[in-house]
Amino acid sequence: MAGEVIPVWRSVAGGALIGAAAGLLMLVSGRVAGISGIVARSLQASFGKQAWRPVFLLGLVLPALFLGVGPVDWSASSSVLATAGVLVGFGTRLANGCTSGHGVCGLANLSPRSLLATATFVAVAIVTVATRHALSPP
Amino acid sequence: MNALVALIAGVVFGAGLLLSGMTNPANVLAFLEVTGHWQPALAYTMAAAVALAFPAYAIVRRRRRALLGEVVDARVQSLVDAPLLLGSSIFGIGWGLSGVCPGPGVILLTTGSQPAFAFVGGLIVGAIAANVAAGRGHPSGGTRAWRRPYVSYRDRRSRF
Repeated sequence: MAGEVIPVWRSVAGGALIGAAAGLLMLVSGRVAGISGIVARSLQASFGKQAWRPVFLLGLVLPALFLGVGPVDWSASSSVLATAGVLVGFGTRLANGCTSGHGVCGLANLSPRSLLATATFVAVAIVTVATRHALSPP
Repeated sequence: MNALVALIAGVVFGAGLLLSGMTNPANVLAFLEVTGHWQPALAYTMAAAVALAFPAYAIVRRRRRALLGEVVDARVQSLVDAPLLLGSSIFGIGWGLSGVCPGPGVILLTTGSQPAFAFVGGLIVGAIAANVAAGRGHPSGGTRAWRRPYVSYRDRRSRF
Protein backbone atom coordinates (compact mmCIF):
# COMPACT_ATOMS: atom_id res chain seq x y z
CA MET A 1 0.00 0.00 0.00
CA ALA A 2 1.76 3.11 -1.21
CA GLY A 3 -0.37 5.75 0.52
CA GLU A 4 -0.95 9.27 -0.70
CA VAL A 5 1.88 11.75 -1.14
CA ILE A 6 1.05 14.28 1.55
CA PRO A 7 2.52 17.80 1.23
CA VAL A 8 4.70 18.66 4.21
CA TRP A 9 2.56 21.71 5.05
CA ARG A 10 -0.45 19.43 5.51
CA SER A 11 1.43 17.13 7.87
CA VAL A 12 2.77 20.01 9.91
CA ALA A 13 -0.48 22.02 9.97
CA GLY A 14 -2.51 18.91 10.83
CA GLY A 15 -0.09 18.03 13.62
CA ALA A 16 -0.16 21.62 14.87
CA LEU A 17 -3.97 21.45 15.16
CA ILE A 18 -3.72 18.14 17.03
CA GLY A 19 -1.12 19.59 19.41
CA ALA A 20 -3.10 22.81 19.88
CA ALA A 21 -6.19 20.77 20.77
CA ALA A 22 -4.26 18.61 23.24
CA GLY A 23 -2.63 21.73 24.71
CA LEU A 24 -5.96 23.55 25.03
CA LEU A 25 -7.56 20.61 26.83
CA MET A 26 -4.67 20.39 29.30
CA LEU A 27 -4.16 24.13 29.82
CA VAL A 28 -7.81 25.04 30.36
CA SER A 29 -9.35 21.86 31.76
CA GLY A 30 -6.38 19.83 32.95
CA ARG A 31 -7.44 16.83 30.87
CA VAL A 32 -5.27 14.52 28.79
CA ALA A 33 -6.32 14.16 25.15
CA GLY A 34 -5.64 10.42 25.05
CA ILE A 35 -8.22 8.91 22.78
CA SER A 36 -7.92 5.25 23.83
CA GLY A 37 -8.63 6.26 27.41
CA ILE A 38 -11.39 8.67 26.43
CA VAL A 39 -13.16 5.95 24.42
CA ALA A 40 -12.75 3.31 27.14
CA ARG A 41 -13.92 5.55 29.95
CA SER A 42 -16.84 6.94 27.93
CA LEU A 43 -18.25 3.41 28.07
CA GLN A 44 -18.21 3.52 31.83
CA ALA A 45 -19.63 6.91 32.71
CA SER A 46 -20.75 9.68 30.41
CA PHE A 47 -22.46 12.12 32.71
CA GLY A 48 -21.63 14.83 35.22
CA LYS A 49 -17.90 15.42 35.52
CA GLN A 50 -17.30 12.56 33.09
CA ALA A 51 -19.36 14.16 30.31
CA TRP A 52 -16.37 15.89 28.73
CA ARG A 53 -15.23 12.57 27.23
CA PRO A 54 -18.25 11.78 25.01
CA VAL A 55 -18.43 15.50 24.19
CA PHE A 56 -14.80 15.39 23.03
CA LEU A 57 -15.57 12.33 20.88
CA LEU A 58 -18.59 14.12 19.39
CA GLY A 59 -16.31 17.04 18.48
CA LEU A 60 -13.74 14.62 17.07
CA VAL A 61 -16.15 13.23 14.47
CA LEU A 62 -17.83 16.55 13.56
CA PRO A 63 -15.25 17.72 10.96
CA ALA A 64 -15.46 14.33 9.23
CA LEU A 65 -19.26 14.41 9.32
CA PHE A 66 -19.35 17.81 7.61
CA LEU A 67 -16.33 17.56 5.33
CA GLY A 68 -16.07 13.83 4.72
CA VAL A 69 -13.02 11.73 5.54
CA GLY A 70 -11.35 11.88 2.12
CA PRO A 71 -9.65 8.84 0.64
CA VAL A 72 -9.73 5.71 2.81
CA ASP A 73 -7.74 2.70 1.69
CA TRP A 74 -8.29 -0.26 3.99
CA SER A 75 -5.40 -2.62 3.77
CA ALA A 76 -7.02 -5.57 5.51
CA SER A 77 -10.25 -7.53 5.64
CA SER A 78 -12.87 -6.78 8.26
CA SER A 79 -11.92 -9.89 10.23
CA VAL A 80 -8.27 -8.80 10.36
CA LEU A 81 -9.40 -5.30 11.32
CA ALA A 82 -11.58 -6.66 14.12
CA THR A 83 -8.61 -8.65 15.41
CA ALA A 84 -6.38 -5.59 15.13
CA GLY A 85 -9.02 -3.61 17.01
CA VAL A 86 -8.98 -6.10 19.89
CA LEU A 87 -5.17 -5.89 20.06
CA VAL A 88 -5.26 -2.07 19.97
CA GLY A 89 -8.00 -1.91 22.62
CA PHE A 90 -6.28 -4.43 24.90
CA GLY A 91 -2.76 -3.08 24.43
CA THR A 92 -3.60 0.58 24.89
CA ARG A 93 -5.48 -0.12 28.15
CA LEU A 94 -2.62 -2.22 29.46
CA ALA A 95 -0.10 0.49 28.58
CA ASN A 96 -2.51 3.28 29.52
CA GLY A 97 -2.10 5.20 26.28
CA CYS A 98 -1.98 5.17 22.51
CA THR A 99 -0.58 7.42 19.79
CA SER A 100 -2.35 10.44 21.27
CA GLY A 101 -1.95 9.72 25.00
CA HIS A 102 1.68 8.59 24.94
CA GLY A 103 2.78 9.80 21.49
CA VAL A 104 1.48 13.36 21.73
CA CYS A 105 0.51 14.24 25.32
CA GLY A 106 3.11 12.13 27.11
CA LEU A 107 5.96 13.29 24.87
CA ALA A 108 4.79 16.89 25.24
CA ASN A 109 5.04 16.33 29.00
CA LEU A 110 8.60 15.00 28.49
CA SER A 111 7.71 11.70 30.19
CA PRO A 112 10.37 9.00 29.70
CA ARG A 113 7.56 6.48 30.23
CA SER A 114 5.73 7.78 27.17
CA LEU A 115 8.91 7.98 25.11
CA LEU A 116 9.54 4.30 25.78
CA ALA A 117 5.92 3.39 25.05
CA THR A 118 6.01 5.32 21.76
CA ALA A 119 9.32 3.80 20.70
CA THR A 120 7.94 0.35 21.52
CA PHE A 121 4.67 0.56 19.60
CA VAL A 122 6.28 2.22 16.58
CA ALA A 123 9.07 -0.39 16.48
CA VAL A 124 6.65 -3.33 16.90
CA ALA A 125 4.31 -1.89 14.25
CA ILE A 126 7.24 -1.56 11.81
CA VAL A 127 8.22 -5.19 12.45
CA THR A 128 4.58 -6.26 12.05
CA VAL A 129 4.28 -4.54 8.66
CA ALA A 130 7.59 -6.00 7.49
CA THR A 131 6.59 -9.49 8.66
CA ARG A 132 3.25 -9.25 6.91
CA HIS A 133 4.97 -8.26 3.67
CA ALA A 134 7.47 -11.08 3.99
CA LEU A 135 4.68 -13.62 4.50
CA SER A 136 2.54 -12.35 1.63
CA PRO A 137 4.59 -10.57 -1.05
CA PRO A 138 2.50 -8.15 -3.12
CA MET B 1 -17.33 25.25 30.52
CA ASN B 2 -15.22 22.09 30.59
CA ALA B 3 -17.68 20.51 28.15
CA LEU B 4 -17.31 23.46 25.78
CA VAL B 5 -13.51 23.19 25.94
CA ALA B 6 -13.77 19.45 25.27
CA LEU B 7 -16.03 20.08 22.27
CA ILE B 8 -13.65 22.67 20.79
CA ALA B 9 -10.61 20.47 21.49
CA GLY B 10 -12.37 17.52 19.87
CA VAL B 11 -13.26 19.49 16.74
CA VAL B 12 -9.73 20.90 16.38
CA PHE B 13 -8.18 17.47 17.04
CA GLY B 14 -10.47 15.86 14.46
CA ALA B 15 -9.76 18.57 11.89
CA GLY B 16 -6.03 18.10 12.47
CA LEU B 17 -6.23 14.36 11.93
CA LEU B 18 -8.20 14.90 8.71
CA LEU B 19 -5.77 17.54 7.43
CA SER B 20 -2.74 15.36 8.24
CA GLY B 21 -4.22 12.53 6.17
CA MET B 22 -3.65 10.08 9.03
CA THR B 23 -7.29 9.01 8.94
CA ASN B 24 -6.33 7.00 5.84
CA PRO B 25 -4.81 3.70 7.02
CA ALA B 26 -2.64 3.54 3.88
CA ASN B 27 -0.87 6.76 4.92
CA VAL B 28 -0.06 5.36 8.36
CA LEU B 29 1.20 2.11 6.85
CA ALA B 30 3.35 4.11 4.41
CA PHE B 31 5.19 5.46 7.46
CA LEU B 32 5.51 2.05 9.07
CA GLU B 33 6.75 0.43 5.85
CA VAL B 34 10.40 1.37 6.23
CA THR B 35 11.59 -1.15 3.68
CA GLY B 36 9.25 0.03 0.91
CA HIS B 37 8.17 3.48 -0.27
CA TRP B 38 8.69 5.01 3.15
CA GLN B 39 6.87 8.27 3.74
CA PRO B 40 7.83 10.42 6.73
CA ALA B 41 4.52 12.35 6.91
CA LEU B 42 3.42 10.82 10.23
CA ALA B 43 6.68 11.88 11.89
CA TYR B 44 6.16 15.51 10.80
CA THR B 45 2.61 15.40 12.14
CA MET B 46 3.67 13.95 15.48
CA ALA B 47 6.57 16.37 15.88
CA ALA B 48 4.33 19.36 15.18
CA ALA B 49 1.71 18.06 17.61
CA VAL B 50 4.24 17.55 20.40
CA ALA B 51 5.75 21.01 19.79
CA LEU B 52 2.36 22.73 20.03
CA ALA B 53 1.22 20.81 23.12
CA PHE B 54 4.54 21.24 24.94
CA PRO B 55 4.05 24.82 26.27
CA ALA B 56 0.61 24.02 27.69
CA TYR B 57 2.00 21.00 29.55
CA ALA B 58 4.96 23.01 30.82
CA ILE B 59 2.65 25.71 32.18
CA VAL B 60 0.28 23.28 33.89
CA ARG B 61 3.19 21.28 35.32
CA ARG B 62 4.44 24.45 36.98
CA ARG B 63 1.05 25.84 38.09
CA ARG B 64 -0.27 22.43 39.18
CA ARG B 65 -3.63 23.78 38.14
CA ALA B 66 -5.50 24.19 34.90
CA LEU B 67 -6.85 27.63 34.03
CA LEU B 68 -10.35 26.62 35.13
CA GLY B 69 -8.97 25.70 38.54
CA GLU B 70 -8.73 21.92 38.23
CA VAL B 71 -5.82 20.56 40.28
CA VAL B 72 -3.63 18.63 37.87
CA ASP B 73 -1.00 16.04 38.63
CA ALA B 74 0.97 16.45 35.42
CA ARG B 75 4.30 15.35 36.81
CA VAL B 76 6.74 13.84 34.39
CA GLN B 77 6.01 10.12 34.38
CA SER B 78 8.99 7.82 34.42
CA LEU B 79 7.52 4.55 35.71
CA VAL B 80 8.48 1.79 33.30
CA ASP B 81 6.95 -1.59 33.97
CA ALA B 82 5.85 -4.79 32.26
CA PRO B 83 2.28 -3.66 31.45
CA LEU B 84 3.67 -0.58 29.67
CA LEU B 85 6.02 -2.59 27.46
CA LEU B 86 3.68 -5.54 26.91
CA GLY B 87 0.68 -3.31 26.24
CA SER B 88 2.60 -1.08 23.83
CA SER B 89 3.88 -4.16 21.98
CA ILE B 90 0.36 -5.59 21.64
CA PHE B 91 -0.90 -2.21 20.47
CA GLY B 92 1.97 -2.06 17.96
CA ILE B 93 0.92 -5.38 16.41
CA GLY B 94 -2.68 -4.19 16.03
CA TRP B 95 -1.54 -0.84 14.66
CA GLY B 96 0.77 -2.51 12.16
CA LEU B 97 -1.94 -4.93 11.01
CA SER B 98 -4.53 -2.19 10.47
CA GLY B 99 -2.82 1.18 10.09
CA VAL B 100 -5.49 2.44 12.47
CA CYS B 101 -5.16 3.75 16.02
CA PRO B 102 -8.03 4.84 18.27
CA GLY B 103 -8.44 8.46 17.05
CA PRO B 104 -8.66 7.69 13.33
CA GLY B 105 -10.73 4.60 14.20
CA VAL B 106 -13.43 6.72 15.82
CA ILE B 107 -13.38 9.22 12.94
CA LEU B 108 -13.64 6.42 10.35
CA LEU B 109 -16.96 5.40 11.93
CA THR B 110 -18.43 8.37 10.05
CA THR B 111 -17.91 6.46 6.80
CA GLY B 112 -20.52 4.00 8.10
CA SER B 113 -18.47 1.21 6.57
CA GLN B 114 -18.10 -2.33 7.86
CA PRO B 115 -14.30 -2.22 8.30
CA ALA B 116 -14.58 0.82 10.60
CA PHE B 117 -17.21 -0.84 12.78
CA ALA B 118 -15.20 -4.06 12.83
CA PHE B 119 -12.13 -2.18 14.10
CA VAL B 120 -13.89 -0.07 16.73
CA GLY B 121 -16.00 -3.04 17.85
CA GLY B 122 -12.78 -4.97 18.38
CA LEU B 123 -11.26 -1.98 20.19
CA ILE B 124 -14.10 -1.92 22.71
CA VAL B 125 -13.94 -5.69 23.26
CA GLY B 126 -10.17 -5.45 23.79
CA ALA B 127 -10.51 -2.58 26.27
CA ILE B 128 -13.08 -4.49 28.30
CA ALA B 129 -10.93 -7.64 28.17
CA ALA B 130 -7.92 -5.70 29.48
CA ASN B 131 -9.89 -4.60 32.50
CA VAL B 132 -11.23 -8.03 33.21
CA ALA B 133 -7.68 -9.38 33.01
CA ALA B 134 -6.44 -6.55 35.21
CA GLY B 135 -9.18 -7.27 37.73
CA ARG B 136 -8.04 -10.87 38.04
CA GLY B 137 -4.35 -10.04 38.24
CA HIS B 138 -4.54 -7.06 40.51
CA PRO B 139 -2.94 -7.30 43.95
CA SER B 140 -6.05 -5.82 45.57
CA GLY B 141 -7.98 -8.90 44.50
CA GLY B 142 -9.63 -7.05 41.71
CA THR B 143 -12.88 -6.07 43.32
CA ARG B 144 -12.22 -2.42 42.65
CA ALA B 145 -11.41 -3.10 39.03
CA TRP B 146 -14.57 -5.16 38.73
CA ARG B 147 -16.67 -2.43 40.25
CA ARG B 148 -15.14 0.11 37.93
CA PRO B 149 -15.12 -1.68 34.61
CA TYR B 150 -13.41 -0.23 31.53
CA VAL B 151 -10.95 1.79 33.61
CA SER B 152 -7.36 0.75 33.60
CA TYR B 153 -6.26 -0.45 37.01
CA ARG B 154 -3.08 1.56 36.69
CA ASP B 155 -5.13 4.71 36.52
CA ARG B 156 -3.87 6.33 39.68
CA ARG B 157 -0.23 5.34 39.59
CA SER B 158 0.62 6.15 36.03
CA ARG B 159 -1.17 8.63 33.92
CA PHE B 160 -0.73 8.79 30.13
